[in-house]
Amino acid sequence: MQKPIYYKIKKFMLMYSTHILLIIISLSCILPLLWMFSSSLKTQATVFSDMSLFPQNPHWENFYIAWTKGGFGRYFFNSLLYTIVVVSGIVFITSLAAYGISRLKIPGKNVIFYVFLAAMMIPIPGAFVALYVLLNKLGFLNPNTGFPLLDNVIMRLGYILPLINSGLSLGIYMLKTFFDKMPGDLEDSARIDGCSVFGIYWHIALPMAKPAIAVIIIFNTLNVWNEYLLAMLVLTGKSLMPLTRALMVFRGTHITEYPLLMSGMTITVIPIIIIYLMLQKHIIAGITAGAVKG
Amino acid sequence: MGIRKTKKIFINYLFVLPAILLFCTFHLYPFLNVFRYSLFQWDGIVEFSSAKFVGLAHFKDIFTANPQWWYSMWHAFYVTLLTLIFQNGLALLLALACDRAIKGARAYRMIFFLPPVLSGIVVGLIWQWIYDGNYGLLNHWLTNIGFGHLARAWLADPRTALTCVGIVHMWKGFGWGFIILLAGLQSIPRELYEAAKVDGAGAWDTFRRVTVPLMVPVFVLVTILTILNTMQIYDLIVSLTGGGPGYHTEVPITRILAAMRGGSQLGYACALGIVFGLILLVVSFVQIQASKLAKQE
Repeated sequence: MQKPIYYKIKKFMLMYSTHILLIIISLSCILPLLWMFSSSLKTQATVFSDMSLFPQNPHWENFYIAWTKGGFGRYFFNSLLYTIVVVSGIVFITSLAAYGISRLKIPGKNVIFYVFLAAMMIPIPGAFVALYVLLNKLGFLNPNTGFPLLDNVIMRLGYILPLINSGLSLGIYMLKTFFDKMPGDLEDSARIDGCSVFGIYWHIALPMAKPAIAVIIIFNTLNVWNEYLLAMLVLTGKSLMPLTRALMVFRGTHITEYPLLMSGMTITVIPIIIIYLMLQKHIIAGITAGAVKG
Repeated sequence: MGIRKTKKIFINYLFVLPAILLFCTFHLYPFLNVFRYSLFQWDGIVEFSSAKFVGLAHFKDIFTANPQWWYSMWHAFYVTLLTLIFQNGLALLLALACDRAIKGARAYRMIFFLPPVLSGIVVGLIWQWIYDGNYGLLNHWLTNIGFGHLARAWLADPRTALTCVGIVHMWKGFGWGFIILLAGLQSIPRELYEAAKVDGAGAWDTFRRVTVPLMVPVFVLVTILTILNTMQIYDLIVSLTGGGPGYHTEVPITRILAAMRGGSQLGYACALGIVFGLILLVVSFVQIQASKLAKQE
């Protein structure tokens, strides 16, 4: 009778130590974020002395000040705009291409597909240098059309187009594999009914590809929202900056306004955290799929 | 008939046209130009046509006269090594813990994966303050628990800066490794574990003879991606240290940027990029070949 009790105790201890480890790690994940949030509610005077995680008098107005005077409202809008435009661009362009490669008669389509795959595999850490030169030569960096609004659009496109490009390979790869497995019966009957190629793509293939598209949307949303390097190179005007770039500039110029910086950081992560909590399952699927991007 | 068919194929091409146009403009063309520029002495200000052709001189300089660059490579490699051992070790441990029927596994999974979805800039700015020498949370806690003598300006001290950057990188990344390893573990058929149990195998034997062999492809994937991601670390560097103190946390990407922006040597920056890209390519190639060999045995 000794053995079962010994095993029970061992199992119990193992269970407990596992949970303790998991809880400690979980706390270490959350505490830094909590610290950022609580610091955003303190004042410049108390932020370095009050180390509490739940400040006595939360200064919620910091968020208002960061949003208006700090300019984070504008940066938030920029991030939102870039994310929406880039992600819709990626979804539209990759689904078109993937459908074409998977279903339509296009001479040389396999070559096209493998070129996209190869682009995914070959790392080119220096490419941003040449990309910068190209954008400069094409006039994206300092447009001078005489119409400020048009200049504004062109400069934003100089950031948007390369980002759309960087999402192409993975999107085409994922959607092509999806379309390859999709049964063709519905398309056949639509064709007999006289539907055009584009009509079939739009009304039949695209709605069926929703699960794959969801993964592409989520994966790229995270990428674009968190992007920094290209924004730093391409977007020099403050009014065009996304949140990540603006945070670095804000830290450089307002070194003494920590609570506002922390508010800005909270504003930056809150949409991502909300999306994450809502779409956790899909996000994890998206990252696991994105991991294939070698 | 011929014209209709041609027209049909032309319409089909319209499906791939936007992707090809964007790809050729913003990927292929810059990619090829990197190689072209790398052979020229060019500041990026004058027209490229008046840049001076220097052949492979930049590459010669990189391999013989640029210790700065190889230090940056070593820094990234050091962080990569830390990450491979500690981040992925922890990730595997946690994945094994959550693979078994354990209460709250989903909650843990949700929390662990929070840091990977956040912006590297925000994460770096949070931790920069935690590490701060005067007002940082870390020093505050160390003092409170009686280890005040250890307190220091963690990111300004050349002895600790790089390791501290590595710790933040691992904090941000372990959840990612965890998710992929867990997905791998969950794809192992449960019957195999039961069969091992029936045969009287202990936990360690089961791990060594059932789990590990089946997980080799996942291990390879995680290792390659860890190397590629960590060697190209950038966001955390700019937001934590900016490469300082001195050059103690410079990494390849910051060196390429420094050559490009600070030094106005675009050709040289491209040459650095090529050397770096080739090294990354070789590393992943060796990894894949090694895993194939391991599989054959």
